[in-house]
This record gives sequence, structure tokens and C-alpha cells, in this order.
Amino acid sequence: MVRERLMRRPHIAIIDYGMGNIRSVHNALLRLGCTVVTSFRPEDMFEADALILPGVGAFGEAVANLKARELIEPIQRAVRDEGKPLLGICLGMQLLAETSEEGGVFEGLSLVRGEVRRINVSANFRIPHMGWNTLSIKKQQPLFGQLADGDAFYFVHSYQLICDSDDVAATTTYESDIVAAVQHNHVFGVQFHPERSQRKGLELLRNFVDVAAGPASQAKC
Amino acid sequence: MLKKRLIATLLVRDRLIVQSFGFKKYLPIGRPRFPIEFVVRWDVDEIVLLDMSASKRGTGPDEAVLEMLSQYCYVPLTVGGGIRDVDEVRRTIRAGADKVCVNTHAMARPPLITEIATVFGSQCVVVSIDCKRENSGEYQVYTDSGSRPSGKSPVEWATECADRGAGEIFLNSIDRDGSREGYDTALIGAVANAVKIPVIACGGVGHFKHFAAGIVEAGASAVAAANIFHHVEHSTIFAKAHMLASGVDVRLDSVAKYRGREFDDDGRLLMLSAERLDDIEANHLSRADG
Repeated sequence: MVRERLMRRPHIAIIDYGMGNIRSVHNALLRLGCTVVTSFRPEDMFEADALILPGVGAFGEAVANLKARELIEPIQRAVRDEGKPLLGICLGMQLLAETSEEGGVFEGLSLVRGEVRRINVSANFRIPHMGWNTLSIKKQQPLFGQLADGDAFYFVHSYQLICDSDDVAATTTYESDIVAAVQHNHVFGVQFHPERSQRKGLELLRNFVDVAAGPASQAKC
Repeated sequence: MLKKRLIATLLVRDRLIVQSFGFKKYLPIGRPRFPIEFVVRWDVDEIVLLDMSASKRGTGPDEAVLEMLSQYCYVPLTVGGGIRDVDEVRRTIRAGADKVCVNTHAMARPPLITEIATVFGSQCVVVSIDCKRENSGEYQVYTDSGSRPSGKSPVEWATECADRGAGEIFLNSIDRDGSREGYDTALIGAVANAVKIPVIACGGVGHFKHFAAGIVEAGASAVAAANIFHHVEHSTIFAKAHMLASGVDVRLDSVAKYRGREFDDDGRLLMLSAERLDDIEANHLSRADG
């Protein structure tokens, strides 16, 4: 029965809305043994076990792209009605929020309560917050598994998510505390780039893939 | 805490990784896939991949090679070589790059920096600046693989790049390239003081102990090297072990940390002394008995 679990290869859909380097996320998931589809067709999302919303770029442009491809309503339906786990990465995490003030005021996907604001730092700190920074983990399971406080991940961002402290899964410190990961039920988001954070990053993605393989496979064991 | 970064620069010439000496002589290393796989496993923080043949071909970086290589890269990847417009940036990113590096075409047409930053964000634009110390003692920026003087000083050009929206400056010294003398800390310090964006020090590393000076003495945010990482097992881990020993905060996840180990003048790991080996053996045996 363990074998059955091992052999179950989760099927992950990466939502392609034309922003950023999607290939690296795709490669990382293939390496973890998933089957992966990178697509902007809603039917591919409904067939998948879990969704990943990647992204680098500006919030407004991302929302405009999501709207142009008519993706907002299908993503909300897949997550809310069908209970599919979703992981937002970087801009993808910020898009989970209700609103953003980046270059105007924009509405996000409203899957996590919160808003996106510019990082506010003194002159000694450079923006964007870029490089490897350490985490302080608030919700260990399921996303962080065996990872520990002090493990470093690769960040690159100028805006941050402000949300309910109940939903914060990890923080990092750049002069003040910044939300590094959120979790609200089966909606996950990471501000850093696990696909570019070497083995610790792959470990985090594997933990998410295990969530995608989910209760169904665990129930069988 | 934000860690300091160690960057491996990989120079690609005619689809082979090479070592570079003074921007003039090149020594082939081999196919690009293996150096990338190695340094990624050995805790490097970023890779800068420069396609030196791209300008000669009159194209941007080789996308087919890049697509293949990005499969093995689980750290941020910056790619440069002959990039001249936003379309080439888009293709390079589609093929697997996270950031692009511009040099000659940014100098020829500075608005290029702003154009890329507007579409992809400042964090995506790294401007590579090759500098040479003239006989007068003044530094000058060169383009076209170090062959054409620009008439601008490094501080002047780096400041302009930052104002136009560059996210980082990759600062290389033509004189130090392949010299193994260590970083030109005067040059790096002058530029790092003049701009608010991160400066990556490059050029001249000949020993693993040289890395720390780029950060401690010169004030760079990241240190890069190329030649030293080849032909040595665990090269990037050695580099980080030296940086940690000098008090520089870098990420070292690897099991092998080489804490307290010594290296010879060529950077080769020295064997432990016979006494030390005896101690380790005695420790091991007493633990096995217990």
C-alpha cells in the first residue's frame, strides 16, 4: 500500500498567464516526479490535482492578463468549490490577496484576506528585497515538513502581503518582518522562489506535491 | 538576515564553457551542463551565464542551449550575450533565465535599460560593466568584450544605469581577469559607494580566500568568479567555507562544511595531520565501545 502511494504521481497544473519564468517551476515539478501541464485553459485546471500560480512582474499587468484570458473565475471555482490545493509563488502569492496598491489600486483573487503594499524600509536597505533570506516558520505542517527556522530561500520582490496573522505560515526579516508564506486552508503562498532555492526549495515543493497527492492516497494506506 | 551571495560566472564560447584570461585567451573546459549541475549541488547562490559568441553571431543568447541548461539549474539564472531589445529579453526569459545581463548594447543605446525594466521589472536587469585602469590611473569602461573604450568612468556609468532602472551592477575588471591577484577593491568600493543598487564584484579571484575582501573591504553585495570554480571538487563550497571563516554571512546547506580545515596557496585542501586523524579515530572507537 505504501507502494500505491509512491506510485501515485500527482498531476499539477501551472497557470500560464504570460508572466515570468514558468519553465523553472515546470522543471522542478518534473524532477519531483509529477505530471505537469502548463496551460491557460480552465479545463486543464479542473483536471489537475493541484494548481500552481507562478509569476514575476507587476500586479496590475498580471491581473489584466488573468482577466484577458478569463482565468479569475475558473481559479476561484477550482479552489473554492472543488477544493483543489493552490500554491502561489512570489507575485502569484500576492495575487491571492484582495487588493494591491502596486501602480494603482487593483483587485486580486481574494482567496486570502489581505492587501499588497510596498515594502517600507529605511535608506540603508535596498529595494527590491533580493537574495537568500532566512525564515521563521509559524505553521510547520504541511508546507514546511522537515524544514527548519533559519533555512534560507531566494527572494526577489518590492511589495509585500499584509494579512491576518492567523494565515501567516512563515516570516522573514528585512529590517522589519515580512510575510514569507501564507496558508489559509488549502490555499498556500510563498513570497520566495522554491524552484530557485536549491534543495530546500525542492523540499518545500515536494511537501506541496504531497498535499496534492492528498488525503485520497493517505486514506488508502 | 539577508545572506551575502556567491555567484558562479560561466562563460560560454562556441557552446563550450571556457576559462578567460585578460579577455584575450580562452581555455576550454567542456560542455556546459556539468559545471552547472556541480555548482548547483555545491550550494552556489546564483549563476551568471554569458554567451560570448552571441554578439559575433549577431543574435541574443542561444535559446536551445539555454532551455536544455535551465533543466539543471535550481538557483537563479542570469543570462547575457548580445541582448539588444525587449524581444530578445522575452525569448531569453522564456527559455529559462530569471534575469538578463546587458553590456555593449546598453552603452550603445542606454534607453534599453529602462525599456527592459519597464516590462520585466528592475530586478530583471543586470548591467555588466567591464573596466580597465588606464595609464593615467583613471578607470574607464570598455564594451565589445573589452575592446572598445567608451569614454565613461565606471562610477559615472553605473550611476546612470541605476538611474535608468538597472537592478544590479555586475562589475568586472579587465586587468584582473584571469590574473589570480584578487579583486580590485578600489574600483569595486568606488562603485558600491556611488550606487544604491547591489554591486556584484568580479575579476581576479585566484584563491578561495579572495572572496571575502569583495564584501568586507569593497562593500559589494555579492561576489562572483569564473575560472577558480573549474577543475576543483566542491569549489563553491570551499569558497563559502572561506567566507564564513572571514565572518561573511553566506548560506551553506551542504553536509560538508570544511570548518577549521586548511588550504595551501593554490587553494587545495590540506590533509589532516596524523595527530588529528588519531584523535578522530580514538573518538570514533570510544563512541563505538560506549
